[in-house]
Amino acid sequence: MIDRLFGGGFATLFYKELLRFWKVSFQTVAAPVLTAMLYLLIFSHVLEERVQVYGTLAYTAFLVPGLVMMSILQNAFSNSSSSLIQSKVTGNIIFVLLPPISYREFYAAYVLAAIVRSVMVGVGVLAVTTFFTALHFAHPLWILTFALIGGGVMGSLGVVAGIWADKFDQLAAFQNFLIMPLTFLSGVFYSIHSLPAFWQGVSHFNPVFYMIDGFRYGFFGVSDVSPWHSFAVAFFSLLVLAALTLNFLRRGYKLRG
Amino acid sequence: MTPAIRIHQVAKRYGALQALAGIDLEVVQGEFFGLLGPNGAGKTTLISSLAGLVRPDSGSLEVMGFDVQRDYRDARQNLGVVPQEIVFDPFFSVRETLKFQSGYFGIRNNDAWIDEILANLDLTAKANANMRALSGGMKRRVMVAQALVHRPPVIVLDEPTAGVDVELRQTLWAFIRRLNQDGHTIVLTTHYLEEAESLCSRIAMLKAGRVVALDSTANLLKTQASHALRFRLAEGDVLPPDLQAKATQSGGLWVLPFVDYSEIGVLVDALSAAGCKLMDLEIGKPDLEDVFLDVMRERAA
Repeated sequence: MIDRLFGGGFATLFYKELLRFWKVSFQTVAAPVLTAMLYLLIFSHVLEERVQVYGTLAYTAFLVPGLVMMSILQNAFSNSSSSLIQSKVTGNIIFVLLPPISYREFYAAYVLAAIVRSVMVGVGVLAVTTFFTALHFAHPLWILTFALIGGGVMGSLGVVAGIWADKFDQLAAFQNFLIMPLTFLSGVFYSIHSLPAFWQGVSHFNPVFYMIDGFRYGFFGVSDVSPWHSFAVAFFSLLVLAALTLNFLRRGYKLRG
Repeated sequence: MTPAIRIHQVAKRYGALQALAGIDLEVVQGEFFGLLGPNGAGKTTLISSLAGLVRPDSGSLEVMGFDVQRDYRDARQNLGVVPQEIVFDPFFSVRETLKFQSGYFGIRNNDAWIDEILANLDLTAKANANMRALSGGMKRRVMVAQALVHRPPVIVLDEPTAGVDVELRQTLWAFIRRLNQDGHTIVLTTHYLEEAESLCSRIAMLKAGRVVALDSTANLLKTQASHALRFRLAEGDVLPPDLQAKATQSGGLWVLPFVDYSEIGVLVDALSAAGCKLMDLEIGKPDLEDVFLDVMRERAA
């Protein structure tokens, strides 16, 4: 089993996916780090003196984990989805479909590559933010756990979107109308305790909220909900999405006519 | 011996279009097999089904005895496919492309074989060029190379010479012929019937998702079309009635079919006995194009 998983096409496909984004790392890693830094500059400048979260926490410090997680989520999605749509539109996906690569290997390669890129971006954003605020790591294991789950969830969702979309604009719609609202309305920029009761309630139905909240707990040891609760929701999301994506791939949906 | 390819009752429908309507076909190991048919006959759908890119509604396909769905790993390991459309990954060089393709088949350290393929396809000088920088014909060669990285016993080429210059065609066919001589089974679809005629030992003709002719190339040429005398008559000359019944005429050119060369003398004697003066006499050999057109017309009627 192990032999089949790592001896066959999986390792090469995984490596190819890594190389694909690494060859254009200026665009796939450096650019998102810069974007996150701009958010941090602007929001911390405007809000640093006015907002305090969790009692005494300065806004910039609060914002950092949110921005890191947002970058992780968006880049994981973008990696698998854009790789797949490009391969589909240009037609070279056929070279991955002809070899004896199982649908599980296919899934693992695309999602793991998405996780690697997202973690690289996340580390990049963290590194840059040290110029703005002192970082604190209360529970590193939680940080890592939520980073990996978040990357996995969005990497999976990227596979679904990349397979489903026939054209680039369909993928852009997926990104703009689903991924962006889910990440922006999840407590990246604020604690949901600062929201009116109704929107607090709504936020609790957004799985991304738990990923960001749990991730933030890893830094400060404080969060809106318990990290175990967040872990349960995030992990359940990952399982559901993995099952959905694997089912798509097993049936050959839109890939094998 | 296990057939290289076994196709049993394969059917596939896309909405209202019956792309494949129950295909049965066997290709023997070592054969050079031609798959001919007009556009939309189902050739590519059949090849895609064999490669696992399309899942047929019913029927089964095997490559070297391995079912393409159930034993897909073994089936795909035994099959090399050159797709019809020119496609490539713009991120990588020729060598990277071939190394990745080897890896997808679980092969590491394939450099010696990759170098050999590159040399045979006249690609050595381009090994480190980015795929984007290659001409269409060069990209086509890389696709052939990609289909060969895992040394598959069965090689399928879907119109590999469409839009490719004469020189490449010669290089490509010389290489494919050698692979065939080394024991590889070759299946070829092409629009160039003279290519099929000179390369393929056996031919299947497809029309509207069915096999409408299946025989050795020699037999197809023998049974379907015959030789013919083609000639024009001098002004005022008329064919004798018994020959007129056998011949056809268009634009002043008469075509008089015959089966055996010994008949030529008889026909020419009969013509001169009738006082006919022949102009522009030529002897036409049957070619695959005639056979093809005959078969396609027949099934349409």
